[in-house]
Amino acid sequence: MGWEWLMAQRWLLPVLVAVGLVLAFAIEYNLFNNEYVREVMMYVGIPEYTLEYTLFNKYVQLVMMYVGINIILTVSLNLVNGYMGEFSLAHAGFMAVGAYTAALLTQKVLPVAVYPGLFPLAVLAGGLMAALLGLIVAVPSFKVRGDYLAIITLAFLMIVKSVIENIDTIGGPRGIPGIKKLTTLPWVFFWTVVSIWVVRNFVYSKYGRGVLSIREDEIASDLMSVNTRRVKFLAFMVSSFFAGVAGGLFAHLLQFISPRVFDIIKTTDVLIMVYLGGIASIGGSILGATVYTVLYEILRPSNFADLVSWLPAVVLDPLNEYFIRHLGVGRMVIMPLLLVLVMLYWPRGIMGLREFRWFIPKRDLEAHHRQPAHGGSHGAAHGH
Amino acid sequence: MSESIVYWLQQTLNALQLGSIYALIALGYTMVYGILIMINFAHGDVFMVGAFFCFLAAVFLGLPFAPTLLLAMLGAALLGVTIERLAYKPLRHAPRVSAIITALGVGIFLENFTLALAPYPKNIPPLLENITWNLGGVSLSSLQVIIILLSLGLMFLLDYVVHRTPVGMAMRAISWDKTFVPLMGVPLDLIISVTFAIGAGLAGAAGTMYALAYPVIDPYMGIIVGWKAFISAVVGGIGNIRGAMIGAFILGGVEIMVTAFFPSTYRDFVAFTLLMLLILARPYGILGKPRTQKV
Repeated sequence: MGWEWLMAQRWLLPVLVAVGLVLAFAIEYNLFNNEYVREVMMYVGIPEYTLEYTLFNKYVQLVMMYVGINIILTVSLNLVNGYMGEFSLAHAGFMAVGAYTAALLTQKVLPVAVYPGLFPLAVLAGGLMAALLGLIVAVPSFKVRGDYLAIITLAFLMIVKSVIENIDTIGGPRGIPGIKKLTTLPWVFFWTVVSIWVVRNFVYSKYGRGVLSIREDEIASDLMSVNTRRVKFLAFMVSSFFAGVAGGLFAHLLQFISPRVFDIIKTTDVLIMVYLGGIASIGGSILGATVYTVLYEILRPSNFADLVSWLPAVVLDPLNEYFIRHLGVGRMVIMPLLLVLVMLYWPRGIMGLREFRWFIPKRDLEAHHRQPAHGGSHGAAHGH
Repeated sequence: MSESIVYWLQQTLNALQLGSIYALIALGYTMVYGILIMINFAHGDVFMVGAFFCFLAAVFLGLPFAPTLLLAMLGAALLGVTIERLAYKPLRHAPRVSAIITALGVGIFLENFTLALAPYPKNIPPLLENITWNLGGVSLSSLQVIIILLSLGLMFLLDYVVHRTPVGMAMRAISWDKTFVPLMGVPLDLIISVTFAIGAGLAGAAGTMYALAYPVIDPYMGIIVGWKAFISAVVGGIGNIRGAMIGAFILGGVEIMVTAFFPSTYRDFVAFTLLMLLILARPYGILGKPRTQKV
């Protein structure tokens, strides 16, 4: 009844997704906030304030939505940077395109005030727009790799930012204020599941093999009749689509976007999540995004102070004086330091090149069992 | 002289000033790339820290120009070597992407660390008496002359060091081959440290000059200037020292001309589009040589 057993229960994954969706709706519509639930809780012995301070708290819900958005970003960037082994810095640019498209649609075109159900259309449009630009970025990747592709994708990010800043009708450098808050927990959950599902199926499909072979050796995979161009087109498109979706959700959660939100630091955040979680691993991306986002929130001075408030005053007061009070900027110093330390001492991240067995298709697991020495196409298939 | 010629001369002068600052930073990028095949994304932030060293020396120590410049160069050089020893050296045999990500992390760390220490933009006091000469309508300030001449001097010095001295020979040898050259008695770690020290020192000098020319400095100023310098290095052919200088003056010229004829907000757009097109058409730059990729 250990981890191995749990990972063998593959039916648990859809059950978890369904439970998660129900929970997301319940939290969003405050279904727990009634006396029946309270009575049951008191009967079971859970103190009332736990629920009050966890699932009902708007701040906790906000953090949960950020976790979801960051998972979408991380999983989709992992497709290009982890599975395909390219180095793209353009993710924040795709996110910006998705965010602006979706925000402009809900503000100017779609009557979301009357029909809030139209919101997913806006997000979808943002994703499609980003995917279109992803196609354009995929073209240079046919010719250049490695450092130079990093530069091109960065140049793309800067160009997107610069173009937005120079178009006055969409706010220019001032951005778009007053976006409606349409992003809800169920929608974030839905898109998170969709992104994981699509990326997972893509990675384990025929094209996914191509993606992995490009990482191992592009020229060799070309010679082995992998259509590297088509594979790259698809990978970039899927990746940028979900970056755009995340951007659309992000815009309608933050309710304000400006070109400065989507700069290189945003991309670096996602990179930290990808490499903290580990490359070429969907489970790793989920863990990396969650750990990073939650850690970043815990390191807010007020949260951290709450968290350690049980410590005796002898410890707490100096801690507060020398550490917690400076966390406002301090956490911005700690996070990049964390990235450097991860790269130096833990280059594979939480689960680099490994995967939860839940995400690996049955046929791959069986193939793995038949040929224990099989290392070839991807070492990722090794169970956890 | 007619109006338009005066205008062009004035803009050329501005381009030379901007170009020489870019060139000093670009040299650091190109030297590190030449020797380690690694993009030191933190280099722009070393430039920023150099500007802050200049601020410290000028405001807290009250030093005049020459010692301030030396202090900023020394401080930046020390920082560059420290970064190399602590963050890049352990990754020398790791995949190249690891080193790039580490460099990005180091850069953001430097920005935010400086931000924690100096939350507000700082003003640099005028360290030099600024005299403006008027040459037939073209105004020429002494600061401009000092920046251009000093940068050119440093560039020629570097060119001499790299091409005419034993240290420079060792650098070029190591960039050629890292396995057998150390076996011939060339101290690999020392030469790499020296490379970082020189590159960072030049960035420190650039930081000082930038701070004098545009006297408000903030922790994020290194990002965009650093990227521009990096574009210069790529335009000239990364890894090639003379190429970096040429590229910097080309980029400086393009930027000044764009701001002269279009709204200034188009500057970054043009600069990065230029970079993108150039990489696609001639990825190895103006003076670089194409490499063959083998399976």
